[in-house]
Amino acid sequence: MKREIPLLIVLVFGVFMAFQYFVPHRVSSNIYQEFNNWTIIIGIFTMVIGIASLLSVHYGKIRFKKEGWGYSYVTIISLVGMAGLGLFGGMENKLFINLYRFGLSPVTATMFALLAFFIASAAYRAFRARTVLSTLLLLAAVIVMLGRVPIGEIISGWLPEPLQLAKISEFLLYVPNTAAKRTIYIGVGLGVAAVSLKIILGIERTWLGGDGK
Amino acid sequence: MNGEQKPHDGFWLRLINIDRRWIYLVIGIVVFVPILFPIGLPVQVTKEVQNVYDRIDSLKAGSIIMIPMEYDPATMAELQPMAYAILRHCFSKGIKVISTALQIEGVTIIKNDLELIAAEYGRKYGEDYVFLGYKPYPGIVILNMGEDFRKPFPRDYYGNLLDSLPMMAGVYNYSSCAMIVNINATSGVDYWINYAHTRYGAPLAIGVTAVMATDYYAFLSSNQIFGLIGGLKGAAEYEKLINHPGLATRAMDVQSIAHSVIVIFILVGNIAYFSSRKKKG
Repeated sequence: MKREIPLLIVLVFGVFMAFQYFVPHRVSSNIYQEFNNWTIIIGIFTMVIGIASLLSVHYGKIRFKKEGWGYSYVTIISLVGMAGLGLFGGMENKLFINLYRFGLSPVTATMFALLAFFIASAAYRAFRARTVLSTLLLLAAVIVMLGRVPIGEIISGWLPEPLQLAKISEFLLYVPNTAAKRTIYIGVGLGVAAVSLKIILGIERTWLGGDGK
Repeated sequence: MNGEQKPHDGFWLRLINIDRRWIYLVIGIVVFVPILFPIGLPVQVTKEVQNVYDRIDSLKAGSIIMIPMEYDPATMAELQPMAYAILRHCFSKGIKVISTALQIEGVTIIKNDLELIAAEYGRKYGEDYVFLGYKPYPGIVILNMGEDFRKPFPRDYYGNLLDSLPMMAGVYNYSSCAMIVNINATSGVDYWINYAHTRYGAPLAIGVTAVMATDYYAFLSSNQIFGLIGGLKGAAEYEKLINHPGLATRAMDVQSIAHSVIVIFILVGNIAYFSSRKKKG
């Protein structure tokens, strides 16, 4: 029964959600929305598991003085502190807002800003025209990088239109890029549909845990 | 310089193994100098940005647009100028705005951005714009809003009942909005395309980071989105269209020079690589 009941639930709800899409009736729509709300509620419980797991990992690190255990204190204090301030002081609490504005915001913005430096260094060291394919990739990258910023217009604006960097860049984005992306999206879409069908029909059971047995 | 280099290493080999801190220094300089001394490089408007502008510009005062914004401090530099430009366009024309923030890290930023630009044009909350705030699971929330905004958001961000807001009278779902312009730095943009547009037929345009933009040209040519604003360049184009140059326009100098320098790095790296191989025989 431990296996059959979850399989039955997935079958019933999976079939309902698939058919509901084609039933434009108010009752069908209301049930559908109710199920969507259930999904959100069930999903929120995963946050409890996530927080418990995070605390357990970092508590273990502190207890056994593992490498970088000091940072675990920062994680736990930040988690408990921000959650406490938000829960008891409200979302408009001055300290909560200031910690977000002057703590979290600059840190995350800095991390993202550092990407430019790493990309430049990586491009210098690794972007090599070793083969025909890598040369094509390199040429496309150079054209798009220059064609998508104003300097591309200055460099190539005097050339006939089809040779201008902005136009070649536009062609690369609209034609080869779109063709490749569509192929990937169609493949992924078919794959998702096939796996969903296998799960609904109980053919694919690894989601049950223990290799589906 | 690199401590592992030997005196007999050739020039090209030394160039290949240059200490990465020199590269960081050069990038640092090319980022800072144009900020201090702007050049004012001209911005060309692309058709995908022009389309967004034209569709919004064709609306009458009192029309409603939904502008969901999903960005956080990390992606704020690219998407905030875009949000400012679109909000300025809407509020200057008397277009009403419904907004959500379905990414938790960005809720406060987006609320502040809305309040800031609305105040610039003297727009009132509840009459000219509404901020619904955050709910987890964007895919489900987007689906539910397709039925009725009140299902996922019975109350707005500030705790007001949606029915108590004058602007929301008679406004139920996407069909009440002239279009959706989603400014998004997450993969959640796929939900807007798959659900808001494909399922509920809402006309949709997107504003995404430059690195994400290449993923969405396929949707542009299939007319699933009618416009695409990509990164700071897209924001600069929109600023030009509304004739309100801001941070994105100024940043175009930085981006142009930084991209050029990275291209020079790539060329020098390749010249050094092939020259050192030639010497080795």
